[in-house]
Amino acid sequence: MATTRDWLLDDSPSSRLQARLGRSYRLARALSRNPLAMVGAIIVATLILVALFAPWIATHSPIGQDLAMRLKPPSWDNWMGTDELGRDIWSRVVYGARITLMIVALVAVLAAPVGLVIGAVAGYFGGWVDRILMGITDIFLSMPKLILALAFVAALGPGIQNAIIAIAIATWPGYARIARAETLTIRNSEFVSAVELQGASSFRVIVNHILPLCTSSMIIRVTLDMAGIILTAAGLGFIGLGAQPPLPEWGAMISRGRSFILDQWWVATMPGFAIVIVSLGFCFLGDGLRDVLDPKHGDRQ
Amino acid sequence: MASEIDSAAKALPTGPGGSSRNARHAWKTVKGVLGVLVAVAFTFLGLLAITFFIGRVVPIDPVLAVVGDRAPRAVYEAVRIEMGLDKPLIVQFFHYVGNVLTGDLGMSVSTGRPVAEDLARVFPATLEMATIGIIIGVALGVPMGVYAASRQGSLVDQVIRVVGLLGYSVPAFWLGLVGLALFYAKLQWVGGPGRIDIFYDGIIEPVTGLLLIDSLLAGDIEIFVNALTHIALPAAVLGFFSLAYIARMTRSFMLDQLAQEYVTTARVKGVSERLVLWRHAFRPILVPLITVIGLSYAGLLEGSVMIETVFSWPGIGNYLTTALLNADMNAVLGATLVIGAVFIGINKISDVLYRVLDPRAR
Repeated sequence: MATTRDWLLDDSPSSRLQARLGRSYRLARALSRNPLAMVGAIIVATLILVALFAPWIATHSPIGQDLAMRLKPPSWDNWMGTDELGRDIWSRVVYGARITLMIVALVAVLAAPVGLVIGAVAGYFGGWVDRILMGITDIFLSMPKLILALAFVAALGPGIQNAIIAIAIATWPGYARIARAETLTIRNSEFVSAVELQGASSFRVIVNHILPLCTSSMIIRVTLDMAGIILTAAGLGFIGLGAQPPLPEWGAMISRGRSFILDQWWVATMPGFAIVIVSLGFCFLGDGLRDVLDPKHGDRQ
Repeated sequence: MASEIDSAAKALPTGPGGSSRNARHAWKTVKGVLGVLVAVAFTFLGLLAITFFIGRVVPIDPVLAVVGDRAPRAVYEAVRIEMGLDKPLIVQFFHYVGNVLTGDLGMSVSTGRPVAEDLARVFPATLEMATIGIIIGVALGVPMGVYAASRQGSLVDQVIRVVGLLGYSVPAFWLGLVGLALFYAKLQWVGGPGRIDIFYDGIIEPVTGLLLIDSLLAGDIEIFVNALTHIALPAAVLGFFSLAYIARMTRSFMLDQLAQEYVTTARVKGVSERLVLWRHAFRPILVPLITVIGLSYAGLLEGSVMIETVFSWPGIGNYLTTALLNADMNAVLGATLVIGAVFIGINKISDVLYRVLDPRAR
């Protein structure tokens, strides 16, 4: 064990793999000293595990109706009570973790690379390329995200796929801004000039030398944005434009429970707790990652 | 008039070369103002491009999006010609910009009235709620942030930090529902959904459209109190979100200031801690704080969309969601445009204020 640690913490790594593993190990150690970040990491890990093993964790079917059991308060059998169709809310919340995880993952996969490439291209080439790309970015940034997503869903039509596309459209400009700022600081450094003098194409410089250096600030930003993405998706579901019934999406579940909020409070309240906990987890983790990866902010919080 | 200008000129400091310096300064100000105006114009044009794109390009058939799929053939054709869809896209866009600039946002399918008229009617309700929300947010958020920074690392600081993060992780619509269940249904501290009890509805003649002010103008205390109980909860929920953001930013600004050497100097001199906090450390953060409050105010417009849906609040957010569910595209785009324009406007104003107030940015 001790030898593995020494190998990881070696000051002069003998291979690229060792250097990378060593860096990850140091980051993990720094992260583990930050209690809120650890809580966040545990919450996010739990979300992933619950999503993976939903069929084993759920006690009932998420869509199986039992009208004799409708609107029952939380009990030993139904930990979070039942909804207006007699479905077990706990099981629906558990399966809802899959939908939430899918939404945040797809939005990140769609929006982050687009923003990254646009920002890096704008920052690297500068001039009118920069002006046009950043002009478009700023126009999108000047709109409130939720409103933009709502308007796009209105045009595309309701449904979970369109909701994901709409949220991604509203999210990418933030990433483009960050990637551009990062690129501008790297652009004039000597190693970029060295690669350029060796005859590397712009494409090669951006993909091999600039994008990898933007990733760490991107990871921080994406993690911090996750809470916002979850809230927007839940909001779309609540209004009825996101995931459609009978999908156990948390926002849509709250929307169904709205009619019973005065007497059967648990129908709307329980999925809300799931949203709060998961979003808070991503916030904690993002804050912690920023403290560890971005030394400029290190001692602030 | 001329004497006014004279006295104003005399009031300005005049030294050697003073007048030319003033002229240069005035020219710089004019250039700055022009620059901001051009930037605002371009951003607004971009906003129009987005709504145009959403309305005309994204839907497979924009005519269908406006008239619905049950419209007869003749209506469909008439609307198609009326919307100018037989012309090239760029012509359509300029036509659209012209319409918007003359205040024509099209007709709403669901209300049967011009969208611009609808928006003017619903906007005051949102303005009233968001304004009370931001007042709550500033009144509580700023002292919380300052206090947390002065006791960095303490339990109170940790609690305020978590409250700040909760502002990013609690769905507004859910908090509104829970609030209704608790404070309206259970405790009966506040009025239910809507701006006012049905019993009082329509008694007050709208002057400003802000119910609280209108009822005071009419001298009707009963209605004022009733409207107050109705606005309390939705405004408090909105206020929570701006509080969370403002407290978080205030804390971070204050920590920056408290780490400066002049604060240590003041403390060594024996200035009381309260004076150090509020007179020495707080003053310099006022300027960035104004930007934060502006951003937060603009953000409340976004939050009000969800809150209004929950509280059946007849504002622009409720109008937008109703239009969304009825696929009333003109109304959706009109509301999007107005919210976007207000958002941009507030951002630019706080930007300009920052430049005017911060001596370094002048």
